[in-house]
Amino acid sequence: MSRVAVLKGGRSLERQVSLRSGARVEDALRRLGHEVVPIDVGGDLVERLRAEAPDVAFVALHGRDGEDGTVQELLELLDVPYTASGVSACIRCMDKVLAKHAMGDAGVPTPDFYAFNETAFKELGAAGALPEIEARLEFPIVVKPAGQGSALGIKFARTPADVPAALVSAFSYDTKVMLERYVPGRDLAVSVVDLDEGPTPLPVVEAVPREEDFYDFEARYEIGRSDFVCPALLPGDAAERAQELALEVYRLLGCYGFGRVDLMLEDGGELQVLETNSIPGLTETSLLPQAAEAAGIEFDELIDRILETALARAAA
Amino acid sequence: MTLDDVPRNPGLPGERSPMGQRRRSTSRDLERYASLFAERTKVMKSSAMRDLMAITERDDVISLAGGLPDTSTFPPDSYAALMRTVAADSCARALQYAPTEGLEVVKRCIVEVMTAEGIGGADSEHLLVTTGGQQVIDLVCKTLIDPGDVIVAEAPTYPGAVPAFSAYQAEVVQVETDRDGMRVEELDELLDRLEAAGKRPKFVYTIPNFQNPAGVTMSLPRRERLVRIAHARELLVLEDNPYGLLRYEGDPHPTLRELDGGEFVIYLGTFSKILSPGIRLGWAEAPRPVLDKMNIGKQAADLCSSAMTQHFVAAYFEEGRWQDYVRSLTEIYRRRRDTMLDALAEHLPAEARWTHPEGGLFIWATLPDYIDTTDLLARALSENVAFVPGRAAYLDGRGGSSMRLNFSGVDDDDIREGVRRIGKVVREQVGLYGTLTGVQPPQRPAEPTPAPPDPALADVLELPRRRGRSGGAGRAGGGA
Repeated sequence: MSRVAVLKGGRSLERQVSLRSGARVEDALRRLGHEVVPIDVGGDLVERLRAEAPDVAFVALHGRDGEDGTVQELLELLDVPYTASGVSACIRCMDKVLAKHAMGDAGVPTPDFYAFNETAFKELGAAGALPEIEARLEFPIVVKPAGQGSALGIKFARTPADVPAALVSAFSYDTKVMLERYVPGRDLAVSVVDLDEGPTPLPVVEAVPREEDFYDFEARYEIGRSDFVCPALLPGDAAERAQELALEVYRLLGCYGFGRVDLMLEDGGELQVLETNSIPGLTETSLLPQAAEAAGIEFDELIDRILETALARAAA
Repeated sequence: MTLDDVPRNPGLPGERSPMGQRRRSTSRDLERYASLFAERTKVMKSSAMRDLMAITERDDVISLAGGLPDTSTFPPDSYAALMRTVAADSCARALQYAPTEGLEVVKRCIVEVMTAEGIGGADSEHLLVTTGGQQVIDLVCKTLIDPGDVIVAEAPTYPGAVPAFSAYQAEVVQVETDRDGMRVEELDELLDRLEAAGKRPKFVYTIPNFQNPAGVTMSLPRRERLVRIAHARELLVLEDNPYGLLRYEGDPHPTLRELDGGEFVIYLGTFSKILSPGIRLGWAEAPRPVLDKMNIGKQAADLCSSAMTQHFVAAYFEEGRWQDYVRSLTEIYRRRRDTMLDALAEHLPAEARWTHPEGGLFIWATLPDYIDTTDLLARALSENVAFVPGRAAYLDGRGGSSMRLNFSGVDDDDIREGVRRIGKVVREQVGLYGTLTGVQPPQRPAEPTPAPPDPALADVLELPRRRGRSGGAGRAGGGA
């Protein structure tokens, strides 16, 4: 029995999802017999943590501050053990550009890309290089903010004329953006959880869009626009390969506790890793709990495991 | 990333034990319920934009996203005195159920308001007191809409009506608006096309005065024409008139209800904007057979609207000063509108355009098409200012470069500061786009002047209808 602070909400654009993840985690923790201290993260976070003196913090935050290492840094400073990945892994996962470089260096397949700061365009004339980028990546091109946690701000550019507006949108979320080669194929997610035997990939989830030609956040987020299948029905050994690759990336980026790796299965059967989420959603509709369930791990058990790994890391 | 707000596939196999009992499961909570959900819940929309809008409620955010009247202008002493009157004179009745159609004393107040709105011969026999104007939209859909039936609405339309339309599985077809409101001259052709496709339009939904969100007002010729179309085709019109009395300039046009005489127009009114949205009282005036069905629908929904607030309204009207209060609101809102118009002229770049509402609560601004206002909102929130992205007012993904700005619920200083912050992020994006494309944005004139009217909108008053008009200003909110 522990006194567990559940950190949720905050100022991130994913505040609502985080509140739902947090509420569900709190329910599970209470059922497991823990004392729960819910904290909506704000300006008084340090003060609250000092006053409440929890045994451990369950970080149910998504997006900026909560998933990018900021809150983790504070928890380290205050000596509060916490769930999921540490500071450096959070930073590597949240910055898609950093993660893709790490994967590229390690030989993990990830779509070709170019990334720039706003200053590259404003001060170095990077716009002049757009034709070369477009020629190398070929249309359509995916334009993304480097550090936005959700699918917000992700745009599809189909022609050169679409690229500037897509960049403007992406820069609404971050000072760094990337242009990425579009990989047609099937949208997969592999969650990884640290179990007794070490990090273990869970069954593959496939997102099946109901409408073609949509890859903006509305399509992926709006109710009724995608179906999720778990375990995904994939040809040959694709599921095993996706799980192996996800595990490799999870280790490469230094993740801990749990995480989720998003991949594309190309029509030719090749896998490409898009990104890793250090604190994926834990709501009723989220993918990780769904995959855990498919592996025979109930939600309460999942939360229990995650909490144990946090305490184990602190004890080590 | 959190891939959330997406439904689990209700078609996935539900876990069942050999005994046929559902396995207790914590992870599959939603799925266990989802298999029981009605078909219509699949089209009841929720979106990431809604999650984004939730952040606009933070205390440190200047929100121009609301649609709120300023209830702080209502004198607390009057409120206390009215509540005392209700307690002294009607305690037992105020605590009791009311008739479904509403209390007679309130219907007399409604007739008074409708008279002020220019409607002669409003008759309490044809009134249904509702729980806010919103309930009228719901009850009209409940009465008229089978799945697949068509509702014709304005483009853009009131974002709050969309969930009601969706819940009844209506197909919503939107007709473009310009500075003179819905382009009614396109309606005949549209209705022909729909009928040829075997579709069944049931009613036209319109806010003719100071429309939400576009802020535009339907011209008299268009009003007359809409009523003629309704009569010729025996088609109902839902006239939503929440702001009619909040006029800051110009002369009022007759309502559709007045032009039609109550044959094919369902009139929606509300106390929300002239007294208080907290009392949740609105009304419908409709042809008898329609009203009777709506009454049955209301019995199922909530039996009756609050007797307590109905007595409150009756006591308030008894004092005979309700129009003074509306006049005081009009003064405040006129000043705030002017403040916002001035601020927009000062802070938005030359490429932006916005409407000049003669009343109501909203201004609709349209930015260059390379700016996506949903993404801009994320950027604006980091500057602690919020608006409603235009996409919320369309059902087909359009409106991406527009935004709705509210001026009634925010004081003058916050309006100026809020618009300044929006201007800052818009200018950033315009500048960035210029850098990316090599196209420099045009310089603003030294003296801020309102954008000239769009010439393509100049002939919208022309009658009769010209067939095959094309191009021109597609989007609402052009001009002045």
